[in-house]
Amino acid sequence: MIDILLRSAPDWALAHAAPLLVMVPLILAAVLTLVPSGRVAWFISIAGTAASLVFSLILLAIVQTPETSGIISYALGNWLPPLGIEFRVDALNAMILVLVSAIGVLASVMSYPTVVAEIPKEKTSLFYAAFMACFAGLCGVAITGDAFNLFVFLEVSSISTYVLVALGASRDRRALHAAFNYLIMGTIGATFFIIGVGFLYAATGTLNMADIATKLPALEGSRTVQAGFAFIVVGLGLKAAMWPLHQWLPNAYSYSPSFVTMFLSATATKVALYALIRFLFFVFSPNYAFENAAFGALLMPLGIAAMIACSFQAVFQTDVRRMLAYSSVAQVGYMILGISIGTAAGLSAGLFHLLNHAMIKGALFMAVAGVVLTYQGTNIRDFAGLGRSAPWTMTAFAIAGLSLIGVPLTAGFQSKLQLGYALFEHGWWWAVILVVFSSFLAVIYIGRILEAVFFQPPVNPRKTRKEAPIVLLVPLWILALANIFFGITTEIPLGLARDAAAAAFGLEMFR
Amino acid sequence: MSADMLILAALCIPLLIAAGIAAAGRFPNVREGVTVVGSVILLGVVIALALSVARGNAPALDLGAAAPGLSFAFKLEPLGALFALVASGLWIVNSFYSIGYMRGNRERNQTRFYICFAIAIFGALGVAMSGNLFTLFVFYEVLTLSTYPLVAHKGDAAAKRGARIYLLTLLGTSIGLFLTALMWTWTLAGQNLDFVQGGLLSGLNISPAVSTALLLLFVFGIGKAALMPVHFWLPNAMVAPTPVSALLHAVAVVKAGVFTVMKVSIFIFGEDLLNATPGREFVLWIACFTIIAASLVAMTKDNLKARLAYSTVAQLAYVTAGAMLANEAGFLGGSLQIAAHATGKMTLFMCAGAIYVATGATNISDMRGLGRRMPLVFIAFFIAALSIIGIPPMAGSWAKYELMQGAIDRGNGYVPWVLIGSSLLNIVYLLPIPILALMPPPGSGEPRAFKRPGGAPALTVAAPVFTAALCIILFFLVGPLAEFLAPTISGSAAAIVTGVQP
Repeated sequence: MIDILLRSAPDWALAHAAPLLVMVPLILAAVLTLVPSGRVAWFISIAGTAASLVFSLILLAIVQTPETSGIISYALGNWLPPLGIEFRVDALNAMILVLVSAIGVLASVMSYPTVVAEIPKEKTSLFYAAFMACFAGLCGVAITGDAFNLFVFLEVSSISTYVLVALGASRDRRALHAAFNYLIMGTIGATFFIIGVGFLYAATGTLNMADIATKLPALEGSRTVQAGFAFIVVGLGLKAAMWPLHQWLPNAYSYSPSFVTMFLSATATKVALYALIRFLFFVFSPNYAFENAAFGALLMPLGIAAMIACSFQAVFQTDVRRMLAYSSVAQVGYMILGISIGTAAGLSAGLFHLLNHAMIKGALFMAVAGVVLTYQGTNIRDFAGLGRSAPWTMTAFAIAGLSLIGVPLTAGFQSKLQLGYALFEHGWWWAVILVVFSSFLAVIYIGRILEAVFFQPPVNPRKTRKEAPIVLLVPLWILALANIFFGITTEIPLGLARDAAAAAFGLEMFR
Repeated sequence: MSADMLILAALCIPLLIAAGIAAAGRFPNVREGVTVVGSVILLGVVIALALSVARGNAPALDLGAAAPGLSFAFKLEPLGALFALVASGLWIVNSFYSIGYMRGNRERNQTRFYICFAIAIFGALGVAMSGNLFTLFVFYEVLTLSTYPLVAHKGDAAAKRGARIYLLTLLGTSIGLFLTALMWTWTLAGQNLDFVQGGLLSGLNISPAVSTALLLLFVFGIGKAALMPVHFWLPNAMVAPTPVSALLHAVAVVKAGVFTVMKVSIFIFGEDLLNATPGREFVLWIACFTIIAASLVAMTKDNLKARLAYSTVAQLAYVTAGAMLANEAGFLGGSLQIAAHATGKMTLFMCAGAIYVATGATNISDMRGLGRRMPLVFIAFFIAALSIIGIPPMAGSWAKYELMQGAIDRGNGYVPWVLIGSSLLNIVYLLPIPILALMPPPGSGEPRAFKRPGGAPALTVAAPVFTAALCIILFFLVGPLAEFLAPTISGSAAAIVTGVQP
């Protein structure tokens, strides 16, 4: 597979895959503002994300070949790092890039019917332009090796996200409020992040992340570095919806257009979490973050609080999207918990869950998008009896829901196992009990939906058989089947996560 | 065909049957034909596997790893072969019975019913043949999820409530406690979950506190074993149609639970570590308490199926008690109880179903004198009740004998008394039913009339009579059975039967 990709790709693609991955969608975003027809915009967005997927696969292939020592460094405009901007790909962000672009492709494919239904016609191509900018920004955050450049891409993606969320206003006016709230919170987060980067720049005189990393050990006791560390963690934690900085997320997910919810839930928080991991483990060494600063002791309660508190909140929601949004915060808690262990096994469990959760939530929100499209409601009552009228959509929803709970033979089960192993290995057996308790809460809130779907009679019996359109069903089932496939054999995602964790700790790769 | 491929066949056949049932859903006769023919083929395969095990082989199959250290591996040993034989053998009887019952009762959604049934058998066989705890756990959950639609089959409010309690209890305990124990074991044993003769954890240096915690997590996490206080799902699940109660709650589901307890005791803990675990004694107390308390509750129930359900809770605790006695006789008693109780309790349930189809009666007080109208059913009930009580020449007597032997071997003072007390209680709550039905006291009035012209369908009478006969046959087969189980029971590799043979 890897060999075929490397052999068949042309030389220019191999050499410039890193910048092309970001540039193609970024340029297409500008082009899309000029496109008059929504349908053409749809095709362009599929083409753009698909191109990025190909480039990200090429990057992953290059990183995995033995000759490269696992790192690709690309100097933009031939301005060599540490002065110029560097795109730097290793096992960790190659994985994130593949995830983001694969979800991007699936999201673009399913987007058209929901966009037509939810976005005013004259804004359709602008909507796609914002989507492409957001996508390019997320890819940029994941690929860049420069701290300031990361801030720039973070803002590119965030600002377009605010636009995307606000466009839900034609369906529900509360989207405007949610978008404004998100704008304020997101801007605070970005500001904190850039202040932190400023501190690091003041202390080290460089913005290149690899370069900062080499200079930091000499500055171990510096207050400037410590302040920078704190600002960066808070700023990125806010973007990643780390408890208790998650207040923007439930509203943003509940009121934005359903396509946006689906795309953001599977990518945006994941990329922010990646950036956090990048700073914790690469820029600051694990040694600095977890042993000297005892940072794990701070992060771990936050992860657990998210797991428990937000799962409880999810149980009491009546709106399905809101319920899933709280569940997302809870799931971020699992990842934070894995990271906070501060061992390679813990980080790989966190990353593994990050991949699996993107598949789970992507599928769940995609199914909800299908329901919104055909029945215009996201309350649990609106889901009653859908098992009969839309069996394909709802079966996929059920598979992803079971995966979220962590039922065996699904991807979610495997991530729980890995997390449990990492926790036991570190001696945190009590945390396992809390993880398990949180899964039990997931049984309750997913069970509530599934019971309405499969066992309650429809509220409105006139709604006869009405499935989501085929362009939505196909990506939905790809994700649902991926949940089962990766629940049976975890070789690919677990391999990626372990390679990434090994890279973070500077260890030999597992394979 | 090699023995290893037979394992694959035993796993695939139930799935193929399920697919066949789905395809033939429109033609009830073809659909039932698929079930019957498929279940007979399955029994043939399982018998071939059991013969291979009896020759001293250990058929094994590895389907590949889900993650490092977690592979879908199957390995058949005598105890698993016994459970597989019980499950697949009684499935045939049950298939015939189901056909009579479901048609006689004009139940709806029969295709879904038979599909779920086949998948449940797939789960049970997977549990029986699993080669490590991970595989066992996966199939354990397959069994839970596939039986949920069966419990909820009637679709009314009571069925849904019972099914919800069933699902939440079993999923909650298995994910909450069993999975925790599994992950802990995985870490303690160094990313290994294989079933090892003599105990996976036995060679490791494990503190008594850890092993106690682990044992409690396992015993209460395996909710299907219905040890108090996680037994309440079982009476609630009795809202299911009777064939489901018969096979799943006398054979597949609960037996998968106690089988898992035995597996964990023998192959994860091992005799030595179990004896070094202080919590073992505590679990033994709980098991004894369950035996007595559930029998007492059973006496208060007038609904026949509810009484049988509590009786099941009590009888399952025998197996847990046997496992916690942690010696050869205890393990053997527990294993024999799995087979003996399965045949006995299944007979009782099928009788209850036959009575229901014929007359619509569910309460014991309505069954007076009914034996005059349906003598065969009540005679079968009588024989099975004797087997549950433990009177020779019925299969149940050997299980009790071995359990007592095990208790005496370790110098335990109270377990024999508990067993004797349980037998007396069994007499009190089981025997009056057939006796009052067959020989009603004078002046008790005319027995209830048949609701259905012609009484119970022939198939629903033939099936319990057959299993009642099986209860007697098993009594005489105990020697070969003990010999068959010896490699698993007697810890050491040398299969010595002395001291085990009663």
